[in-house]
Amino acid sequence: MSARTLYDKLWDEHVVSQRDDGSALIYIDRHIVHEVTSPQAFEGLRLAGRKPWRVDSVLATPDHNVPTTSNERRSGVEGIEDPISKIQVKTLDENCDELGIVEFKINDQRQGIVHVVGPETGACLPGMTIVCGDSHTSTNGALGALSFGIGTSEVEHVLATQCIVAKKMKNMLVQVDGELAEGVTPKDVVLAIIGEIGTAGGTGFAIEFGGSVFRAMSMEGRLTVCNMAIEAGARAGMVAVDQITLDYVKDKPFAPKGEQWQQAVDHWRQFTSDEDAHFDRVVTLNAADIEPQVSWGTSPEMVLPITGNVPDPTREADPVKKQGIERALFYMGLSAGQAIQDIALDRVFIGSCTNSRIEDIRAAAAVIKGRKKSESVKEAIVVPGSGAVKAQAESEGLDKVFTEAGFEWREPGCSMCLAMNADKLGEGEHCASTSNRNFEGRQGYGGRTHLVSPAMAAAAAIAGKFVDVRKF
Amino acid sequence: MRKFTQLTGLVAPMDRANVDTDLIIPKQFLKSIKRTGFGANLFDELRYLDKGEPGMDNSNRPLNPEFALNRPRYQGASVLLARENFGCGSSREHAPWALEEYGFRSIIAPSFADIFFNNCFKNGVLPIVLSEQVVSRLFDEMYSEEGYQLTIDLQQQQVKTPYGDTFEFEVDAFRKHCLLNGFDDISLTLQDEDKIKAYEEKRKQTSPWLFNAIS
Ligand code: SF4
Repeated sequence: MSARTLYDKLWDEHVVSQRDDGSALIYIDRHIVHEVTSPQAFEGLRLAGRKPWRVDSVLATPDHNVPTTSNERRSGVEGIEDPISKIQVKTLDENCDELGIVEFKINDQRQGIVHVVGPETGACLPGMTIVCGDSHTSTNGALGALSFGIGTSEVEHVLATQCIVAKKMKNMLVQVDGELAEGVTPKDVVLAIIGEIGTAGGTGFAIEFGGSVFRAMSMEGRLTVCNMAIEAGARAGMVAVDQITLDYVKDKPFAPKGEQWQQAVDHWRQFTSDEDAHFDRVVTLNAADIEPQVSWGTSPEMVLPITGNVPDPTREADPVKKQGIERALFYMGLSAGQAIQDIALDRVFIGSCTNSRIEDIRAAAAVIKGRKKSESVKEAIVVPGSGAVKAQAESEGLDKVFTEAGFEWREPGCSMCLAMNADKLGEGEHCASTSNRNFEGRQGYGGRTHLVSPAMAAAAAIAGKFVDVRKF
Repeated sequence: MRKFTQLTGLVAPMDRANVDTDLIIPKQFLKSIKRTGFGANLFDELRYLDKGEPGMDNSNRPLNPEFALNRPRYQGASVLLARENFGCGSSREHAPWALEEYGFRSIIAPSFADIFFNNCFKNGVLPIVLSEQVVSRLFDEMYSEEGYQLTIDLQQQQVKTPYGDTFEFEVDAFRKHCLLNGFDDISLTLQDEDKIKAYEEKRKQTSPWLFNAIS
């Protein structure tokens, strides 16, 4: 057989049947479900008199709509104040109960953001195909899996058939070699990549992240990078399986055990790209050139190093780009040429499926320890990605580090990442956010989002404006 | 999905061009977690005199007597006769859901918006394109005769009037096949059920850990 990429291997292993029109029936190993994109899919099944094909492949947890203050969480689903959110969470509970789907309910300690829960429980494993009705499902690709987001009608399709009809994507390699400087994190790497290739750069591709930077990166860092593959336009991002992957997966609650573990490891070791495999596009970055990043505009590709200055539209020759810069500057309330380090902040959000794992919380806490949130920052919240992350952080005393510095320590959920619950920005407010999207209105009507790493967000909360965490 | 083979049904008018999906089903009803329950709010703004909100008891709401679908003569209609560019606007699948649940199985118009046209097929509703001239003639016949019915034969791709006229229409062969058999995307995939099962069996041998129960 000719040389294959990691993506080729994952694809080939899951083809149930190839169709004449170029599409294929692909088997899905794991289906993660949350409350927002599933209700109509479950109802569709019911109306058609169908049952899920394989209930034990499905894992559910509510995350998008759940409140994150301890007060509102105290009485579980019944305590949710927004009636529409409450109905959605309840509906998920009812659907899962009726069909016998395992669900980590709102106050189960294992509840959390779907893309945090999947890897940390071992529900998502190397070599799997994984889907979820959410675009950031690309996250799980970090395990050496093929993982992507789907729509509601596809959720129903996977529930009913265990398969998805798909056409194969093209292969892209993003290669980052060298060593990252102190204070430069996986988030900075992925923001720099998006800045380089643009938000449509990966459209139609599955991206493999390769090179010494990713080989040396922790599993949680790789999850952060793959999480944002979709922000580069790619439905799937992935990293090859290595010892770091295996060490991470071992002993996770749902990981194979004993003899099965050995069998699985033997199988998973193949999930790397062959040396002479062909990629349709290769992009290379030099690790040493990457600085801590801050997004200044209304698209994740509008990103700059902390030492940079916001662009000046009068210097842009391309009229379309010029207009884009003008519109973004206007929305963000920034002036042309302004230094990133002069942007003052109203709020700080540390959380989301991009950066709410224990390493993220530790990195933020390390910056904050012994310091105080700036008076000018109205609110700084830390929302752990899952009950497990929260418990771990508390056992390390990190919650105290935050609360003593004037931060709020919340219950797990998506929270201010998409502002579907009460956590949102006011009009015109600037927020240093560890999430993944800075679109207009994403974190609240008129809100101004700046995407950064947890360490950068923490430093910004202390200083009241963006500062270079390397000198902090 | 319900099959569509042949239908003889009462015809009702939606006599205006560019009917958009927000007119078919207003956006406040999209917050619903359901795929059903939209029929009572089909054409809500035209049908009722008050402003509709989700959760209202629609049976108590004041009906607009001017609106055609509220007239006794069109009760029980299953064919909607419409004007050009029907179904423009957003891609919401709630629009065909609402039409189907209300009782319409077919919509005849001189032209349709693309996404809506596709969505109809996915939900057991047959959209039929006939020329502007023919549609106008059908409108005239319908208005002048109470109880006016049309017969639609998908196999033959024909619309027949009570006066013996027959009009041919075009339909994509694959979609026709799906509609005639009541196949939706899921049913089509399930035609490969044996292949899926065989694949699964093989995987149980080679990668048994994938089938461990989680709890
Ligand atoms: S944290 Fe944000 S991006 Fe991630 S799943 Fe939730 S809403 Fe989506």
